[in-house]
Amino acid sequence: MSLLEINELTIRYADTPEPVVKGLTLAVERGESIGIVGESGSGKTQSAMAIMGLLPANAQVSGTVHFDGTELTGAADHVLNQYRACRIAMVFQDPRTALNPYVRIGKQLRRILLEHKICGRAEANVRTLDMLNKVGLSDPERQFRAFPHELSGGMRQRVMIGAALIGEPDLLVADEPTTALDVTVQAQILSLVRRLHAETNSALLLITHDLGVVAGNCERVVVMDRGRLVEEGMTRGVFRDPASEKTRALLLAAPHIDSIVMSEPVSADTGPVLEIEDIAVSFKERRSKGGRSLHAVKPMSFSLQERETVAVVGESGSGKTSLARAILGLLPADGGQVCFLGKTLPAHIGARKNTVRRNLQMVFQDPLASLNPAMSVREIVMEPLRIHERGKKKAGLNNDVAVMLASVGLDPGLAGRYPHELSGGQAQRVAIARSLILKPKVLICDEAVAALDGTVQLEILKLLLAEQERSGLSLVFITHDLAVVRQISHRVLVMYMGRLCEIAKNESLFTRPRHPYAKALLSSVPVLDPDARPVDLPLAGEASSMLSPPTGCLFHPRCQHAVAACSESVPELIDCDGSLVACHRAAELDLGY
Amino acid sequence: MSMFSSLSPVARYIRASRMVAVCVLLLLLVALAALAGPLLNPNDYITTDFANRFGQPTMTNLHFFGTDELGRDLFSRTLLGAQVTLFVAVIASVVSLGIGVIYGAAAGFIGGKVDAIMMRAVDALYALPFVFLVILLMVAFERNFLLIFVAIGAINWLDMARIVRGQTISLKHREFVDAARLIGVSTPGIIFRHIMPNLFGVVVVYMTLTIPQAILVESFLSFLGLGVQEPQTSLGALVSNGVSHMERAPWLLIIPASVLAFILFCFNFLGDGLRDVVDPKKKA
Amino acid sequence: MLRYATLRILGAIPTLLLVIAIAFLMVHSAPGGPFDRERVLAPEVERNIERAYHLDESLPEQFSRYLQGLLHGDLGPSYRYRDYTVAELIGGALPLSIRLGALAMALALVAGVSAGMVAALRKNTIIDRLVTGIAMIGISVPVFVIAPLMVLVFAVFLNWLPASWTGGNAANRMLMPVIALALPQIAYIARLTRASMINVMNSDFVRTARAQGLSTISIVRYHAIKPAMLPLLSYMGPAIAGVLTGSVVVEEVFGIPGVGQFFIRGALNRDYTLVLGITVFYATLVIFLNLIVDLLYGFLDPRIRGR
Repeated sequence: MSLLEINELTIRYADTPEPVVKGLTLAVERGESIGIVGESGSGKTQSAMAIMGLLPANAQVSGTVHFDGTELTGAADHVLNQYRACRIAMVFQDPRTALNPYVRIGKQLRRILLEHKICGRAEANVRTLDMLNKVGLSDPERQFRAFPHELSGGMRQRVMIGAALIGEPDLLVADEPTTALDVTVQAQILSLVRRLHAETNSALLLITHDLGVVAGNCERVVVMDRGRLVEEGMTRGVFRDPASEKTRALLLAAPHIDSIVMSEPVSADTGPVLEIEDIAVSFKERRSKGGRSLHAVKPMSFSLQERETVAVVGESGSGKTSLARAILGLLPADGGQVCFLGKTLPAHIGARKNTVRRNLQMVFQDPLASLNPAMSVREIVMEPLRIHERGKKKAGLNNDVAVMLASVGLDPGLAGRYPHELSGGQAQRVAIARSLILKPKVLICDEAVAALDGTVQLEILKLLLAEQERSGLSLVFITHDLAVVRQISHRVLVMYMGRLCEIAKNESLFTRPRHPYAKALLSSVPVLDPDARPVDLPLAGEASSMLSPPTGCLFHPRCQHAVAACSESVPELIDCDGSLVACHRAAELDLGY
Repeated sequence: MSMFSSLSPVARYIRASRMVAVCVLLLLLVALAALAGPLLNPNDYITTDFANRFGQPTMTNLHFFGTDELGRDLFSRTLLGAQVTLFVAVIASVVSLGIGVIYGAAAGFIGGKVDAIMMRAVDALYALPFVFLVILLMVAFERNFLLIFVAIGAINWLDMARIVRGQTISLKHREFVDAARLIGVSTPGIIFRHIMPNLFGVVVVYMTLTIPQAILVESFLSFLGLGVQEPQTSLGALVSNGVSHMERAPWLLIIPASVLAFILFCFNFLGDGLRDVVDPKKKA
Repeated sequence: MLRYATLRILGAIPTLLLVIAIAFLMVHSAPGGPFDRERVLAPEVERNIERAYHLDESLPEQFSRYLQGLLHGDLGPSYRYRDYTVAELIGGALPLSIRLGALAMALALVAGVSAGMVAALRKNTIIDRLVTGIAMIGISVPVFVIAPLMVLVFAVFLNWLPASWTGGNAANRMLMPVIALALPQIAYIARLTRASMINVMNSDFVRTARAQGLSTISIVRYHAIKPAMLPLLSYMGPAIAGVLTGSVVVEEVFGIPGVGQFFIRGALNRDYTLVLGITVFYATLVIFLNLIVDLLYGFLDPRIRGR
């Protein structure tokens, strides 16, 4: 008998036409690790909730979920409570909201032991401290008494894992446990999960949209699509030789960090389209004592050629979005300058001429937020023309809009719709149409595909590259996703806490990173290859507070190659075989990938 | 055109929720009766009939609601009271709306120190027992119809200012405003094309919640004898009068009180229902 | 926390000064003096009276005199009750008003919170509908309608309880006023508690607690109660103001000789100093209670406490 047997599980809601899970049958053996992958709406989270008995009251469930021989669907809460935490435990996606902000962390963990009468209060304290230690909290005594907001995202997810394992469950269900985290922290959490899975001999059910996460962590994989299980098998077999159409599509869409699909069109015969010199951005932190400044972007320079794609990568808080907004004048830079076709631009967008403004456009992360909900698609796409081509007749404008919509792959029939009536992918195409209708020279994409499913991501990227091919558009691509960078960029800027670490050609960065942070970032990305052993702990710790940055090289507290000089002086950008690197030891280190 | 499209979620909700639709209908009926009723009714609100004091509700002479201590027709007086109450409430709400929207939108759009100071002032005013100040105002400046509007408007604008400011700030930081700047939309264009239309829905909904508050204050003042003066009347004044005669003629209290409660109930229900549409937190 | 507390305390002072100034200005810029309606006085007598009440001084002088008086608890003499000072009048009536207000507030909290909690935990059942329905009526029927109706039903028709303050014993004559005063607040508090409890019970951290196998009782006790009660704490300010306003009506309807009744008498008699004094006193009380609520909030929310 398997540990968990799901048989013909179907979940439907009265207000949706289709069931969200359709006839799922799946068995989980003791001690195994199994991954469920699928895009949003595939039913993977709903299935997990059904296992935990956490579906909302209006869900209609049929089929069976047997855990160790006991039927869990339809079981009363007091029966389920005997299984939760002690037999099955769950880790949720967002550690910022999954912990109670009003209760000390230690008490939240201890409550589990007390509730299930696993041990008395004194022993519960000891076990809780033990567990905090086990999941890698540096100072358990202090963190026992901490409130969640006092810990970083990664630390909170460690606490969540500790809370899940404290009841010594036979099955750990982890629903997108690293999606809300930075890539280096993701690597730490996954490595922790692997270690604890090996130590405790509990089974692991890992739910994710990221095939790379499955490849490195699960023996078996299940692929779901629109509520159905479409493929199941050993991870290696499924990745090597996918049987279903959907798995093939997912594998194809998953950006491969180990391949390049783009052409090589840099034309360096003309001068740069955009030159950024010593640009810097800082915020006044009003709430903190003394009104310290937060330097979101420290002085940095780079240039952009025609038809070139420059990617800017970095984790959250690295200043990449502030950089983009400063270039565009949305956020006044407090130092340095932006030159467009050789002319210096005013720092604030209000002072820039319309002839310049139309040439610098941006696509935002959240497509719905970037479209005015009170305007129809036609009005949104037409608005730029009404400003820049005032003389034009209404019929002509309508025609231009229709042509533009068609060219971004949208049915011109959608022109009458409002943003909330569009899917995420459609909305992003509308946003792209709005930026491209002015035929800009530069398009800045700020995490433009991060909110979209893998297959939709791929379509949007292809669309942008096709436009670049056709019109010579220059792209600045801001992202945290190195796989996307690998696929579309000519050059890459790596940022850490507002400072430039490395500027390198795509090929050089991915084959021979020069900065230890760039190297750590690369090794943190989950690899699609099930045979590649994931690197354990490529980078320890988390970025320091921007309000009290370390002296010298900002990265030195986390850098395994740090020497005394690193904490003393800020490294300058130096040339290493064509890559510009801000590291004292760049010349001597060999970080070959 | 964009004005209407931002109203569309409200319109959709009215269509979707029968209860909200019923409230709108009932309020329209009350308003219609209050406005048109006096024209059709043979009895006016002012004629006294000492032979017929404290008359019970009856069909004779069409005294549906009976007569008061001076023999005046209570039906006409209730209609007049409803008319005055609704009128004062709507005007006062428009006053508070005007102040609140301008103040809130200005604070939200300008932001920074100006916003901080403006909102600190609102916070401070929030802590005041306003009704007492209004009464003080009524005492100092005689009873003045215009003053009632101003006083009630002065209380209610605080909520509106807070809501509009919050909405403006969240809109200002929405990416579509950045996108509009990038394509060259001027600041007035951003305010009028991109921010205002999106404020519209919220403002309409919150107005349905400020109206009952205004009604409450007005009838409170009238009840205390500090509001509308005879022979004009309002529902609060009628209730007050009913209280003095309730042992002899309970209908003088019960009827105006029920009408007042009914109007307040409809507005509160409507506002509640509509707020669920606008407040994204409550949507789930 | 210390910083937060200092800021709050310092913030309350200008608010208080502002309200005193507004109230003072309102009264003193009123057209016509307080004695205009009395028979015509000889100019000499009028001047004497004006001097006695310092009405001959400039407005800033009068204001600073008033402020200095306030610091010593002196609210000036009453214009109508010639033998008393405003402070004496308030002081005499205050114990009764405070008893009424405090009882109503306590009742509102107990009844409102329990009704709201039950409704939230039994969401969409008959009990929930009943609570929300009654609460809706509670906020729609003003105190000045409820209070007379209660008198009509329980005193006039049923004759269970005394209709006025002069009849009945100490306990049963307090019953109706307290309930009438508490009813609207019970309704508001029940609605607020229900909404906030439902919100918390739908939050991610409660889902986590359910996944950890905690029973509903444990979840409410260890996880939900505190965050669900915090919004209620910030409603305490408006609730206190509401009870004070309501007490004016309730004291009038039931003939209770409290501060509220003096306020109305003062308002109708144009007793400027009395009305001004009560307004200033109540404003101070509300601002002070708000301050305490604010500080309590800061103490209970760990995210504020940390600052």
